[in-house]
Amino acid sequence: MGSSPVAGQDRLARVRQLGWVALVLVGLVGLWEGYKALAAFTSWPLPVRSTSVPHVWDIVAALAEPVQRGRDQSTFAYLIESSLFTFREAAAGFVAGGLIGFGLGVLLALFRPLERGLMPYVIASQTVPLLAIAPMVVVWSSKAQWPTWVAVSVIAAYLTFFPVTINTLRGLQSPEPTALELMRSYASSRWATLWKVQVPSALPYVFTALKVSATASVIGAIVGELPASLNAGLGRALLSFSYFFATGPEKVYGAVVVAGLLGMLFVGAVTLVERLTLSRWHRDTA
Amino acid sequence: MTALRISDLGMTFDGKAGRLVALDGITLDVEPGEFVSLIGPSGCGKSTLLRLIGDLLSPTAGAISVNAKSPRQARLDRDYGMVFQKATLLDWRTVADNIRLPLEVMGFSRTERNRRTKSNLELVQLDEFADLHPWQLSGGMQQRVAIARALAFEPSLLLMDEPFGALDEMTRERMQMELMRIWSRTGITVVFVTHSIPEAVFLSTRVVVMSPRPGRITDIVPIGLGQPREFATRKEERFFELITAVREKLRGIEQSGDQP
Repeated sequence: MGSSPVAGQDRLARVRQLGWVALVLVGLVGLWEGYKALAAFTSWPLPVRSTSVPHVWDIVAALAEPVQRGRDQSTFAYLIESSLFTFREAAAGFVAGGLIGFGLGVLLALFRPLERGLMPYVIASQTVPLLAIAPMVVVWSSKAQWPTWVAVSVIAAYLTFFPVTINTLRGLQSPEPTALELMRSYASSRWATLWKVQVPSALPYVFTALKVSATASVIGAIVGELPASLNAGLGRALLSFSYFFATGPEKVYGAVVVAGLLGMLFVGAVTLVERLTLSRWHRDTA
Repeated sequence: MTALRISDLGMTFDGKAGRLVALDGITLDVEPGEFVSLIGPSGCGKSTLLRLIGDLLSPTAGAISVNAKSPRQARLDRDYGMVFQKATLLDWRTVADNIRLPLEVMGFSRTERNRRTKSNLELVQLDEFADLHPWQLSGGMQQRVAIARALAFEPSLLLMDEPFGALDEMTRERMQMELMRIWSRTGITVVFVTHSIPEAVFLSTRVVVMSPRPGRITDIVPIGLGQPREFATRKEERFFELITAVREKLRGIEQSGDQP
């Protein structure tokens, strides 16, 4: 590992990937501006007022402006601050949801009747709209006199655990039957088989789920902030900016961009941990 | 003490498609240090028999005793080393760590784990490859790791289910030589399932010929070839005669099977 030609190839591949990301960005900006230009002269495909679809550069400019008249802080700095707040809520929810999801997956794999009995409810929990659940969680947590951010993290965890449970279960069942027969022939304990064969086999599945969950936890945190009446966070920022959407939509778009960046950063962090953990795991992730 | 005693063993599966008699009236004794091959057409239950011996399945009739114990007790006493057609190595473990797996499960001390891993790597001549991962090895090398892993905890009985079935002919013959060398060095009792007549004859002290539907033992052919088996053994006239003998017994099964 880490011999210089390989490292050089790695760096080249990374530069190439960044190039593609930049190219897609240019393409997206082109599409946005092209659509806007087209809509200005025709009413096709949908008429847009120039105010509701601002120029890309206006969005960038709005990010540089002060967040409120008379305040020093720029909108961008304010959004970054809000993002960090939301990130902390999302990360707490992600960790809690990930652990609960993994634990539940292990439980379901160990006790098959439990899987049949419990799985329908686990699935049902995910079809209930988040918007219905979020206010309930906020009310309960304030009754319990928890800090408000806890309620938001609980909501983020609620969205996080499900993909982890499903993939953990699938991963724990992924070893070849002969691998389990071998462990049986060693008179291995249930625990040793789980720990030495099933959990390592499941890890690539778990990481795939964690990437899905990373984005879900951000959404959960943003949505959770709305009923939580917090004075900070991306959800709060989006809500207050959207009051002024008709006259100043640039800030809303700016917040959307920052939220997207936050999600990318989160998934990137999980991917990094995945690479470090699974670097010698399976031929396809090595 | 008889290494393996099977008396009037029967195995019936009750499935959705109805009742399947996989094995019927199987009786066989294997002495310590013997190399016994089970051969027969698909569906004769030879793999099922191996799994019954290894306590991966429980028989519906008859009895098995391994070193005068029940198969379950023998399994708990770690009397079985098993090798399957697929090497079934753990991808995330190195070659050495794969061999170490049963030793970890069985609670050997660290120094003992290292000593046994090293000596078994040498036994299968893979000591140079200790730190590689399974996917970096050829199929034959992977199977050698599987054999080393099965021998690491010094079981008294080695159960092999078509271990060389997925290998090319050249590798297969080399692995057979290798196995003969290991067998004569360790003196372990082997029960070996195969589809290949020359393989069964070359390796075994006795070849058990089985017939399908229901699985029964039709013949037991003693293989009176000299020990140790060598490259030249394959050129002996006696080798070809024995192959022909086993083939005739198998043909007999097929022809009687064709009758309504």
